[in-house]
Amino acid sequence: MTEPAQLTLGVLWAGLTLYALFGGADFGAGLWDLLSGGSTAGLPRRRLIEHAIGSVWEANHVWLIFVIVVLWTGFPGVFAAVMSTLYIPLTLVALGVIARGAAFAFRKVGERLWERRLFGAVFALSSLFTPFFLGTVAGAIASGRVPPGLAAGDLVGSWLNPTGLLGGVLAVGVCAYLAAAYLCDDARRAGEAGLAAEFRTRALVTGVAMGVVALGGIGVLRADAPALFAGLTGRALPLVVVSALAGTAALALLWLRRFASARAASALAVTAVLWGWAVAQYPLMLPPSLGYQEAAATPAVLTATLVSVAVGAVLLVPSLVWLYYLQQRR
Amino acid sequence: MVPHCIVWSAIDALGPAAGGDLVAARLQMALSLGWHIVLACMGVGMPALLLIAEWRAVRRGDPDCRRLIERWARTTGVLFAVGAVSGTILSFELGLLWPGMMGLYGEVIGLPFALEGFAFFIEAIFIGIYLYTGGLLSPALRAWTLVPVAVAGVASAFFVVTANAWMNQPRGFTLDGGRITQVDPWAAMFNPATPPQTVHMILAAFMVAGFATASVYAVAMLRGRRDRYHRLGFAIPFTVAAIVTPFQILVGDLAARFLAHYQPVKLAAMEGLYRTGPDAPLTIGGFATGEGLRYGLEIPGALSILVGESTDTVVRGLSEVPPADRPPVTVVHLAFDLMVGIGFFLLALSAWFALAWWRRRDLPRSRWFPRLAALSGLAAAVAVEAGWVVTEVGRQPWIVYGVMRTADAVNPAPGLWAGFLIVSAVYVVLTVVTVYVLRRLAGGERPLAPQEPEPEPGQVPS
Repeated sequence: MTEPAQLTLGVLWAGLTLYALFGGADFGAGLWDLLSGGSTAGLPRRRLIEHAIGSVWEANHVWLIFVIVVLWTGFPGVFAAVMSTLYIPLTLVALGVIARGAAFAFRKVGERLWERRLFGAVFALSSLFTPFFLGTVAGAIASGRVPPGLAAGDLVGSWLNPTGLLGGVLAVGVCAYLAAAYLCDDARRAGEAGLAAEFRTRALVTGVAMGVVALGGIGVLRADAPALFAGLTGRALPLVVVSALAGTAALALLWLRRFASARAASALAVTAVLWGWAVAQYPLMLPPSLGYQEAAATPAVLTATLVSVAVGAVLLVPSLVWLYYLQQRR
Repeated sequence: MVPHCIVWSAIDALGPAAGGDLVAARLQMALSLGWHIVLACMGVGMPALLLIAEWRAVRRGDPDCRRLIERWARTTGVLFAVGAVSGTILSFELGLLWPGMMGLYGEVIGLPFALEGFAFFIEAIFIGIYLYTGGLLSPALRAWTLVPVAVAGVASAFFVVTANAWMNQPRGFTLDGGRITQVDPWAAMFNPATPPQTVHMILAAFMVAGFATASVYAVAMLRGRRDRYHRLGFAIPFTVAAIVTPFQILVGDLAARFLAHYQPVKLAAMEGLYRTGPDAPLTIGGFATGEGLRYGLEIPGALSILVGESTDTVVRGLSEVPPADRPPVTVVHLAFDLMVGIGFFLLALSAWFALAWWRRRDLPRSRWFPRLAALSGLAAAVAVEAGWVVTEVGRQPWIVYGVMRTADAVNPAPGLWAGFLIVSAVYVVLTVVTVYVLRRLAGGERPLAPQEPEPEPGQVPS
């Protein structure tokens, strides 16, 4: 039987997955905005990116808030340990979120070229460093460098290490890849064959690059985070294999210009990696010793949270479906 | 190193600090919260103003109303977008700055934040639908999409403020040997401070949104634009705020009486009252020096009458608790006086408006009315900030009243000062840019809200 703590952990991870899939694409779109070229030549690309993010981008913040709130409610000690030890990268993430959101909003308002350039640059740069620092946070936790307690870990060494850097690079790469893959489909549906072809090339290049980084990462993890390595090559191996297969399939589908299927395969590859990480370190939340049951809040809190999440989802899902439906009709 | 000493004594005046990093953490939280609260007020109040305007526009086909709606909708879109990020930061900072509180009590106050997350999500979705679907929905259906935005906005404010109310009146948990053993999250959420605090804040949000929007049109009227469009843009929001203001003063009175029973030390700091007893005076202004308030205007017995309708009512003073358990008095007292003073200024302005409307169905004729009304938005925002200073600084030295000290909640990591300075710099830039963009929005140009679709090149924005 699944107990509330396990269910809460599942809900938390589902929230993180949705953030990676939707928010990740959002960050990636910002990266491509950065690399879209000069203000005139890059205009069609930037328009496509804005169109794709436009109405839904605030909704993507919510996944992040959701993960944070469920973490502190369900596993308060883990939240306190992560936030206090990883205070530096997480402050930078917070600043990135502010700069990115504000600049995106203001860029649309700004009509003069210098305004659009300035806000656009801030938007794009913060799209780069926000996922990078989030990735270092993931690396720090996964490699067992965040001990329970307040600021008990190394404030710098916990995230500035091979696994942390690997996490940062992978996060940026995954965001860039997801965005390029999604934008292919968006461009095709907008009838922009030229743009679709451009983003196809970008998706293929980043996809292959990420494959290479992931392969190299195996060596990094083996040397720097042996416990995580053992988990990924042991219990979590099926998910790692699924991810590798889905990633390869996605690249093949992009090559064949089957953009809608490529989108689904890309999402599956990212989902499998995230759940592979979870399975590799389960039941530990803060390796090497703090398990989720020990860290969990009291059952009354977990039940109340799960019930509100269920009720909230009943209200949310139809509203969200309507928003996406209207967005596709434009 | 004289300037250095001055800085430090100024910081000491903020409260019984345990080291510079605690002060830095408190200042950073105050800055982020104080910044967000103004946007949050607009997010709660603007959808209601839009709804009223939509209702008039749909029912009467009023073209001036249609123009106002366009402007307000875009402003709401920008403010909502910036408010979304400044609110996200707060949930980070609860952990980054106060892990001691969140690690222990995160589960006790988690439920309202989870509910707030959903309310915010609904708000974001429907504001996206409202702003994004210009031609796709019928005007009436489009107006209806504002209803969930308005309801969810008020609900968000309610949920978040219940968590702050819990910090004032912690309930619904059992602490055993430094560990939480039992939690009743609903009892924590519906604690005794919840009714006065949530109602006070929600009404404040409507006042800020109403007066701030009205003051934009008051400025335009001062510059000679007194046509129907500008007068309507003034009258709708000002009416809403003017109706709310007297109720807000009544609720404020209830909130202060609540404190007399539940948090007497906070009330004592607000009123600068040191000695417990009957015939407690009401002091306006003044500075705390050691064991008393000096240079204030004293009204004998007035505080006793306000608290219990009789000069015999005993009001508890600061001397009931040792100095280490007292909040900084001067800051709390002056912030409270400022809030109340502004409240009565806005009440007088509202009454003036109501009188003119009742007698002549028109705005007051005096030039002084638009001058003062132009200040009303800023004044309402300052009152909200002062109110938060009262409730937050007035709770010190506790982060969770009577249970956990702020010094025990702060992140023990070194270097919080550096974080504070960087965050401050970011907020300075953000403020400058936000004001610049809002001025552009208020001016002649018609830019787009971030949620809106981009017009095709060459097409004139409608």
